[in-house]
Amino acid sequence: MNRTSLIIRHEFLHTIKKKGFIILTLALPVLVLLGIGIFQLASSVVTPDVNARRIGYVDHIGGFNPIYEQSAIQLIRMDSEDEATQALTQEEIDEYFVIPADYVNTGIVARYTLQKELAPPPAVSGAIEGFLDSNLLASRQVPRELIGRVLTPVTVVTTTLTPAGVEATDQGGFSSFIIPALFGAMLAIALNVSANYVLQSLGEEKENRLMEILLSSVSPEQLLTGKLLGRGVAGLLQVLLWAISIPILLRFASSTIGGFLNTIELPTGLLLLGIAYFILGYMLFAVVSLAIAAVCSTVREAQGLAPLFTMFAIAPFWFVSLLMIFPNSPVWVVFSIVPFSAPVMIMLRLGLSGVPTWQLVTSMVVLALSVAGGLWLAARLLRIYLLMYGKRPRLREIVKAIRAG
Amino acid sequence: MPAVQVTDVAKSYEDKVAVSALSFTVSPHEIFGLIGPNGAGKTTTIRMLMDIIQPDSGVVTILGEKPSEATKARLGYLPEERGLYRKLTVIETISYLASLKGMDARSIRARADVLLDQTGMLPQKKKRIEELSKGMAQIIQLIVTIIHDPELVILDEPFSGLDPVNTERVKDLLVDLRDQGKAVILSTHQMNQVEAVCDRILMMDNGRAVLYGALDEIRTTYRGHSVLVQVEGKLPQLPGVVEQREHKDHTELVLNAASTPQQVLRELVNAGVSMDRFEVATPSLNEIFLQVVGGNHE
Repeated sequence: MNRTSLIIRHEFLHTIKKKGFIILTLALPVLVLLGIGIFQLASSVVTPDVNARRIGYVDHIGGFNPIYEQSAIQLIRMDSEDEATQALTQEEIDEYFVIPADYVNTGIVARYTLQKELAPPPAVSGAIEGFLDSNLLASRQVPRELIGRVLTPVTVVTTTLTPAGVEATDQGGFSSFIIPALFGAMLAIALNVSANYVLQSLGEEKENRLMEILLSSVSPEQLLTGKLLGRGVAGLLQVLLWAISIPILLRFASSTIGGFLNTIELPTGLLLLGIAYFILGYMLFAVVSLAIAAVCSTVREAQGLAPLFTMFAIAPFWFVSLLMIFPNSPVWVVFSIVPFSAPVMIMLRLGLSGVPTWQLVTSMVVLALSVAGGLWLAARLLRIYLLMYGKRPRLREIVKAIRAG
Repeated sequence: MPAVQVTDVAKSYEDKVAVSALSFTVSPHEIFGLIGPNGAGKTTTIRMLMDIIQPDSGVVTILGEKPSEATKARLGYLPEERGLYRKLTVIETISYLASLKGMDARSIRARADVLLDQTGMLPQKKKRIEELSKGMAQIIQLIVTIIHDPELVILDEPFSGLDPVNTERVKDLLVDLRDQGKAVILSTHQMNQVEAVCDRILMMDNGRAVLYGALDEIRTTYRGHSVLVQVEGKLPQLPGVVEQREHKDHTELVLNAASTPQQVLRELVNAGVSMDRFEVATPSLNEIFLQVVGGNHE
């Protein structure tokens, strides 16, 4: 085994044996599962409670009767407010509303409940609206079928076509966004964590005065290559474990919880792009981390500087709501080309609106060139500052040293 | 063939000259002392030998070759700034660093056991480095330095942080290495250790060689014209002695140019002086060091 391979092996094993690595690898899929599970459970627990209400009403106009079944909501006629209030306090009904005599002119109904709430639950509002609408239409002899259509006028079913006019494989929607979004989040975490491992590795060796011992056996290039690849393979393994385990867990979850999870799948193209962007993104953040570690005396000092660069990996998430509203804004194209934000931004855009091929190619080329430039810079800084202990050089000194070579 | 040949080597950092016009050789079967005050250029010289930094000019030859990745496997280097992987065990640390020197796993295990046993560190084999004392960690560093049986061993301040027992162990190890035919370069501030084990020395100051040669010859060159005596009672006036300097437990007799120590000894015997000690005064390396470079650092 040559020396670079030995360093790769050492760095890989050293990383995957770290408690932090193991915990993070296991924790992320479990947390994602928990999050979705809690969301599903909460919605399934809360919804029946809202639907299964008994709602009283007092009709001062006359002629208002339940025409349609309002799912699990039962509408009960009350003769007066006093009777309704008594029924409410004795918990025979959950709430009641009053249709005043001038309702048709004002559109106002009065609602009474024992619950403190921010706003009427949507299911309740919907039930009252449906009740009033159907009665108003019925009073004008509108046919029963038409009343049903007025109450539920439209369900928009969208089909995305390819430029060739055939049905596209990826039909969009929330289910096709969630995997790229999850993938983007994993990528952001993995890039930060992996870059931090590289930074820690070099920083610790520098802090522990191991540099010179290592350089008496290997060249700086062998040492750097070994670290980049060893830690990179560990990071890639982490992303792959997430990529494989999360869909499996989601499928398991969907059989027990149900809902939209059944529709979620991980397209092969996305997985391949994710891996490509992870490799390029990791290399970029890793070489930046190496350069930072090279000029710092301690790991802590280096870790203080690293977020200046690694925060760009998560920057696309700051704008995710804007991205959902304006998915085709040119601003996102810039984010997709800027190498530090490109890996995560591309993942998010792939789930929302797709990314044109030219942008994918451009962003990958820019990333690759940035990695090459970063490597050149990192190697230069390492040569200059690898054996420096004690104080961190000022930015001006670093620039001068890089120019001098 | 010399193990190390340095010819007219120079190295500067920006506007500071670290090493200038430096030439020396180190042979197999010798312990070579590299000494000098802080900032003399010793560490820069060693790093050039190790191919960690490159000289601006001059030629460095290691084991007959230009320093390269290939020669690194034949060298053992213990730097002054040294450490170990704190979370790894002793044997994991030795295994990894020895494998980088090209050793296979079986050879590493066998040789590690021998060296750990020889240095009394075998019981610590499975302990983490962070559990060891500083002295113990230093012994492990030394084992890592020599485990691959290098032809040239370079040790930068190997005695710092060692207790007297471990200091003696390291000295014995150095002598063993020399006896096995290795070339050993020892860089240290501890002049007494250099005197105890080195055959030849190079004294550096401000990046230049100020003394170079066999230790005995250097001491003879710097020997003053005086003798040290310890007597019972008072010393008489002796012919040929121009000054008597009293020290704590002895007297230094400074002789004139025409007198010899043998003449003074005869005079003392003839005068019936009872002597506990009579020796020709030879300066210690520390005194020579101060004499040669002391004036430049006041």
